[in-house]
Amino acid sequence: MPSDLEPIPGTTLFDGEAARKGYALNALCFSFNEKANRDAFLADEAAYLARFNLTPEQHEAVAQRDVLGMIAAGGNIYYLAKLAGICSLNVQDVGSMQTGVSVDKFKAMLLAQGRGETYEAAHKEMLNG
Amino acid sequence: MAEIVGAYFTSHVPSIGGAIHRGLKQDPYWKPFFDGFPPVHEWLAKVKPDVAVVFSNDHGLNFFLDKMPTFAVGAASEYANADEGWGLPLYKGFTGHPELSWHIIEGLVEDEFDPVTCQSMLVDHALSIPFELAYPDVEEWPVRLVPIGINTVQHPLPSAKRCLALGRSVHKALASWKGDERIVVIGTGGLSHQLDGERAGFMNADYDRFCLDNLAGDPDALTKDSIREIVRLAGTQGVEVLNWIAARGALGPRAREIHRNYHQPISNTAAATVLYEPA
Repeated sequence: MPSDLEPIPGTTLFDGEAARKGYALNALCFSFNEKANRDAFLADEAAYLARFNLTPEQHEAVAQRDVLGMIAAGGNIYYLAKLAGICSLNVQDVGSMQTGVSVDKFKAMLLAQGRGETYEAAHKEMLNG
Repeated sequence: MAEIVGAYFTSHVPSIGGAIHRGLKQDPYWKPFFDGFPPVHEWLAKVKPDVAVVFSNDHGLNFFLDKMPTFAVGAASEYANADEGWGLPLYKGFTGHPELSWHIIEGLVEDEFDPVTCQSMLVDHALSIPFELAYPDVEEWPVRLVPIGINTVQHPLPSAKRCLALGRSVHKALASWKGDERIVVIGTGGLSHQLDGERAGFMNADYDRFCLDNLAGDPDALTKDSIREIVRLAGTQGVEVLNWIAARGALGPRAREIHRNYHQPISNTAAATVLYEPA
């Protein structure tokens, strides 16, 4: 099936390569299931990050709260969501950060799809509106 | 003889739990989703299941990337929820049904599936929220649990065809169980949504409708697409439809839809709630 080989725009599959590359970053995020670890991160972020063997790319992405950078560095969204939670960010905030528009515009794009617009149309309006 | 009373499917978006917790069921944003549940409550009160076989995916509570099973069957006598790290309310635990779990495991392995068996397993919002929705006012769940986890996190994921076959093997095991339980099969998650990447916010009502229109009568139609194609059509997290496909297999050969509610968006997700009875 040729279409199966075409890339999916704006989408990274979390595969073996990403899982290998992102292991330390995802381990950091997985540690946030424990409240003591969340508190330690909030109390001294640099010291907490130093406990994990992050790559410079991962370290920078976390420091900058750069979600796309974290994904490029092997982060998986289910684990990254735990970091987002500590930063009081919900999935619309994270969507806004990844699409480069305001949270209100991102939410409006979701609601437009709810009114029957296609993603493509709603997305175009979000970027132009 | 045990009886499979039917199947219940619903989305498990974490913020549903928050909306329940904050009493927002009648809020205009949430009402179209929660309005899908009175028929579920009435149906459950009528068919009175006492065991639930639930297909769902873990989101980094029980499994980490150090060990990531493609298929995992819980065989514990108790299952607890725990802190998922992002401020969700802590949900009630479940009583297990280890005898039935092991019977299912025996059947799966006899059918040449190779599940991981878990005598200790935490269950996350993907399992708890569908129960909070189904049984809103109970102190403890009226059903015993057999949880079956499918990897929808780390590719390669099992194919839709394989998930349907897994579900059908579970059905075979349930049909040969000698107990007198009343079993409800549950599939959780989906439908279309994507949380990550520049395509975050993607939903696809056309593909969701295709799934909902075919799942009861022709579930094999959902297995024609590769995982990559399902990601393209349903979004990176829309692959949770694998849980629905497996649960549909476990219900049995023929099914009849008795209830459907579809609403988007709930958070970033096209949410659906469906009931089937064996036909």
